Amino acid sequence: MKAARFDLVRPRDLAEALDLLSAPSGVVKVMAGGQSLGPMLNLRLVEPDLVVDISAIPELRRFERAGDTLVIGAGCTHADIEDGRVADAGPDLLARVASGIAYRAVRNRGTVGGSLAHADPAADWPTALLALGAEIELASREGRRRLPLGAFLTGALSTALHAGELILAIRIPQVSPSAGFGYVKHARKIGEFAHALGAALVDLDAQAGRAVMGAVDRPPIVFEDAGVLFGGRIGPDIGAFDRSVADEALKAAGVASEAARHVHVEILRRALAQAIDRAPSAARAAA
Amino acid sequence: MSEEGKAQGVGARLPRKEDDRFLRGRGQYVADIRLPGMQDVAFVRSPLAHARIKAVSIPDHVRDRVFVAADLDGVKPIRAVSGLPGFKPSEQPPLAREKVRQVGELVAMCVAPTRAEAEDIAALVELDLEELPAIHDMRRARDETASLVHEEWGDNVFLETLVDVDIASAFDAPIKVSRTISTARQCMAPIEGRGVVAHLDRRLDQLCVTTSCQMPHIVRSGLSECLGLMEERIRVVSPDVGGGFGYKGILLAEEVCLGWLALRLDAPVRWIEDRREHLTANADCREHHYEITVYAERDGTIRGVDCEAIVDSGCYSAYPFSACLEAAQVASILPGPYDFPAYRCRTWSVATNKPPILPYRGVARTGVCFAMELALDAVAAAAGVTPEQVRLKNLVRPEQMPFDNITRKHFDSGDYPEALTRALKMIDVDAVRARQKAGEPDGRRIGFGLSIYCEQSAHGTSVYSGWGIPMVPGHEQAGARLTPDGGLELRIGAHSHGQSLETTLPQVAHEILGIPTDRIRLVHGDTAMTPYSTGAWGSRMMVMTGGAVASACEELVERAVAIGAHLLQADSSDVRFEMGRVVGPSGDIQLSEIARVWYRRPQDLPTGAHGGGLEVTAGYKPQRDSGTFSYAAHAVTLAVDAEIGAVEILDYVIVEDGGVLVNPMVVDGQILGGLAQGIGTALLEEMPYDQAGQPLASTLGDYLLPGAAEIPAPRIDHMETPSPYTRFGVKGIGEGGAIAPPAAIANAINDALRPLGVEMLASPVTPDRIVEAVLTARAASPRERRDAA
Repeated sequence: MKAARFDLVRPRDLAEALDLLSAPSGVVKVMAGGQSLGPMLNLRLVEPDLVVDISAIPELRRFERAGDTLVIGAGCTHADIEDGRVADAGPDLLARVASGIAYRAVRNRGTVGGSLAHADPAADWPTALLALGAEIELASREGRRRLPLGAFLTGALSTALHAGELILAIRIPQVSPSAGFGYVKHARKIGEFAHALGAALVDLDAQAGRAVMGAVDRPPIVFEDAGVLFGGRIGPDIGAFDRSVADEALKAAGVASEAARHVHVEILRRALAQAIDRAPSAARAAA
Repeated sequence: MSEEGKAQGVGARLPRKEDDRFLRGRGQYVADIRLPGMQDVAFVRSPLAHARIKAVSIPDHVRDRVFVAADLDGVKPIRAVSGLPGFKPSEQPPLAREKVRQVGELVAMCVAPTRAEAEDIAALVELDLEELPAIHDMRRARDETASLVHEEWGDNVFLETLVDVDIASAFDAPIKVSRTISTARQCMAPIEGRGVVAHLDRRLDQLCVTTSCQMPHIVRSGLSECLGLMEERIRVVSPDVGGGFGYKGILLAEEVCLGWLALRLDAPVRWIEDRREHLTANADCREHHYEITVYAERDGTIRGVDCEAIVDSGCYSAYPFSACLEAAQVASILPGPYDFPAYRCRTWSVATNKPPILPYRGVARTGVCFAMELALDAVAAAAGVTPEQVRLKNLVRPEQMPFDNITRKHFDSGDYPEALTRALKMIDVDAVRARQKAGEPDGRRIGFGLSIYCEQSAHGTSVYSGWGIPMVPGHEQAGARLTPDGGLELRIGAHSHGQSLETTLPQVAHEILGIPTDRIRLVHGDTAMTPYSTGAWGSRMMVMTGGAVASACEELVERAVAIGAHLLQADSSDVRFEMGRVVGPSGDIQLSEIARVWYRRPQDLPTGAHGGGLEVTAGYKPQRDSGTFSYAAHAVTLAVDAEIGAVEILDYVIVEDGGVLVNPMVVDGQILGGLAQGIGTALLEEMPYDQAGQPLASTLGDYLLPGAAEIPAPRIDHMETPSPYTRFGVKGIGEGGAIAPPAAIANAINDALRPLGVEMLASPVTPDRIVEAVLTARAASPRERRDAA
């Protein structure tokens, strides 16, 4: 199929883009890398009057460190992150997530902001960035605001983005040197959207961690304190992982299939095991 | 023969001539064609699987750009009738009349300067449909008559068949193993989909239809039957074709529609299938259901096989192979490479509200291999012997060759036990079993699986005439013409869409004429320029077209020798032909010089020279046309992660016997491509339908194909047992790679999971299915399955 007729504009700076979005006549869609919107246009699942292509806006391609926070422009591509053209939040951390997204051809064009705005529950960034405690920075002609990523993702394919707003940047707290990050993706083949995603950030010295289950039919399930998955406090022993806690959370989220829950829980367990394994811990070294 | 000559003839690993343009992106496909004034077509397709058409509403301002069934004056439905007794024919109107029988069926044709604009018009057409209950399950289609795909039939069965060879004699066997085994509905998914460009050639007064197809001459006959045009008024061209695999072996309703439209508008029109149409609307393949029982002695010797098989043939009988080829093949080839004394097979080809199915690479062999090989592993388990022991007990033995099996298939040659033995050695089965026993550090389970098949190929008149379908292959023909400067043009009516014929047929010609292969051109894919052929299907081209090229070249040699002897002033009996020249007692003369004399200096020719000159069309049929039997043993080692259902192939071994190989590198390529498709069948590919008959995989995000990362690097060993019946002893091998992998992989998964009480009997073996089976087995203990022993 071919897209229905639409107008295309390619603003050169942020102000111009926000002006275009603030006074729309008809349906407007923002396109960054076009890796989701492109097929949707061709399948005529969306028929906008105007597509605003934001790929030529320099402000969206920047990254910077603001104190302990890494700020990544929403227009940075997965390949920018994979290849290290954008700073990482820890050793081979975002780069590892990025390298597992779809195929290289998709990573060359697809952007981190586009992925979050599309909010596909099976995409990598929502799950991975929730585990890292990311915030999202939004801009409109009226001003800027920040939201925790968990508040931004309101449902499957749905976000708190207002009309006239763009995602400006993703703000990721620098990962502590004593923390380990685990990320496990379950798909039937390389390049496929995930059937289960597990992400975990574990600091053994602090006996603290955050864990996330993605690829459910709603925003990812976040355990702000991963200790609840270990009967209290998280420690170096993955054997203490209590499957029933994660299983109950999945049931509450409406995952009816026992086999699907089994896989989600197992993937989460493996992500936690990986995070524990990667956490450089004085406690474990002594053990 | 010189060393230099040997490097290009039969048996040489000659690099593919066609790769130069393909690898540089210079192929010419249907979608590359631009004709002045060409318009694009988009179809309005049925959104429902089964419905009565009450009205089609077209806004007045686009009425002249939309065509419906009532506009197609005089156009006849597509009919692919089988002569088998009891076959119920279907009529497929190119644009639906009265009823739609599948999602995606063509209802209206919209034409505009671009495809996007044609789709805009299509969106304005409104269908008023009265929904009828959809028939989506082949078992219910067979047994129930509440809803009918074709009302006039009274049921939903295209054809029912029964073969019974003394099955009652096996009933007292000590081992009886019964299984329900099935293969999912699949899409064939060549990289290039279908596409048609049609225009009227006023100079020749011919409708010229350029279409991405495997059988241009058959498409011409079909278009003639449907459009009511005499065949000489139709030219069908098949340009570069980006993969076929059976998907392009059909007369399309779209081809008929475009042919009619080009004449009606007197303008070039085109339709290029998009991936959504391909996945949801056009032909599928492979959907089989088996209830199979194997009777055996305590040592695993098969006493008999009893099977009921259903094939979901979809809503229409596809032209030319018909709706019953697949099930007819099930009944005749289920015994595979095994020798046993009793057999019964009942088959049903049923109609459902799904697209027609077409024979996909391997045709029914992939399904029957899956059923038979999985059942044999169950026999091995019941008998307490290894899978290889049960196979070695029952394989046809070399000293039995040529061998007529229980369904009277005539095996021409081969050593099946040797292929299996070599495969076991290559994969080092003892080491695999030791590793399996030791266990993996990561907790995954090692599995080892085997499968063996035989592939009847290049089967001809005697096999197909009995079916009475619109296509029966006879002699295959080839044209060969020496050019005035000593080059060679070959003309064939079959078509190469990936099989490397532009390389391998010149190798055959080189073997006989000695002309360097870079001076040999292959002309194919054009009814105006090539001899008639039923086309590219059934792994037949190396045997049939290769044989025809050899015959034509040999006749050229005779003509050249007569001229050459005269020019050498020698008697014909004193000269011989040797690598591109005629050699006489006192000298020799090059073929190129003989060509120069024939065309440019005819005054030097002998009186009474053959007037046909250096251009020959010759025909070929093997001594027996019951087909060649190539075969292979596949062995695989894999690891199963039972908690998440992930399967990783660790090692894959293929020992293959395709008779004499014209180009072993090309054969390796065929096996690799087939293996990739076989892995897709085993693990990934499935076209599911819901209860309303809606296809649930409408993009390649849902319909999963194997990619490079999913394909292991197999180790391939060739045996070369010549066929006694064919030129050079070649056999057809084009489909074999896709036949065995689903069975070998499923057997290996079952080997890995057997200690958990899990047995997977449906393809594809997906992670979801594995995890569900593992959890079910854990919940249900003790094991429920009890095989009589």
